[in-house]
Amino acid sequence: MEIRRRKNQIEISELDPFLSELLRQIPASANTQGAHAAEQRIFSAPAKGKEAELCAEWKMYVEPELRRLFQSATQTVGSDLEQLNGNEKSLANRTLRIPTKHADAWLSALNQARLVIAAKNNFTELELNDHLRSPIGSRRDLSLFQVNFYGFLQEFILRELEC
Amino acid sequence: MSAEPLLAEVAVPLIPGIVRPKSATPSTVVAPTIEKETRAEEELDLPWQVVVHNDPVNLMSYVTMVFQRVFGYPRDKAERHMLEVHHKGRSILWSGMREPAELYVQQLHGYLLLATIEKIA
Repeated sequence: MEIRRRKNQIEISELDPFLSELLRQIPASANTQGAHAAEQRIFSAPAKGKEAELCAEWKMYVEPELRRLFQSATQTVGSDLEQLNGNEKSLANRTLRIPTKHADAWLSALNQARLVIAAKNNFTELELNDHLRSPIGSRRDLSLFQVNFYGFLQEFILRELEC
Repeated sequence: MSAEPLLAEVAVPLIPGIVRPKSATPSTVVAPTIEKETRAEEELDLPWQVVVHNDPVNLMSYVTMVFQRVFGYPRDKAERHMLEVHHKGRSILWSGMREPAELYVQQLHGYLLLATIEKIA
């Protein structure tokens, strides 16, 4: 896989079918539905303990706005990912072009996905920092790889935004 | 002192462009007594702080960028706060009135950071 900036786009080329599939899974991975721990993490409380009134108002008025914000980001990413549709069974490498004006949406969707996957799997800090973890041998390993792969993309986008 | 019913919309802006009604039924509110008003003002005047808590998933570079964007901090100051969150588990990013503190926490949640508002003891 190669990743580079080309004018107003971030181009990810030489994407093999496995990585293409991981990218295609970003919007689905960001979905908190049915996962209480993930829902709790994405929509965390604005105060600890005593501020019950604030927390109740937050749930009623702020949370729906945040939900819309996150959904809008995953929809933007989903539409960019349509470039990868069509030849799912082909073994040929693919190229994905992300308009730089979508960079914030990508940062958000990647972050949502990473947080949701980590919450669903209850990853420890030790696991998350173990970048030398050996080959994927289980569903949990695959999820950890997904978190790290999405993190790598986030880092690259962040670097591009700084330039 | 009897309380006259007021017809008023009570709204608290949280983020620009979004007006958050203070209660679920804002169309009719009863005017508070002077005693209650004074207490409410005192509560609002108390200083509040915006605290960001450690999260092993969010990237350090991402957290730094968020602090720069939300608080307008220069990179070195944003990095200092990020490292404080990383090493000490939390960092106080801002303190002041309750309303802007709520606004900051909402923005931080929009970036998926673990942030809370706390009353200064």
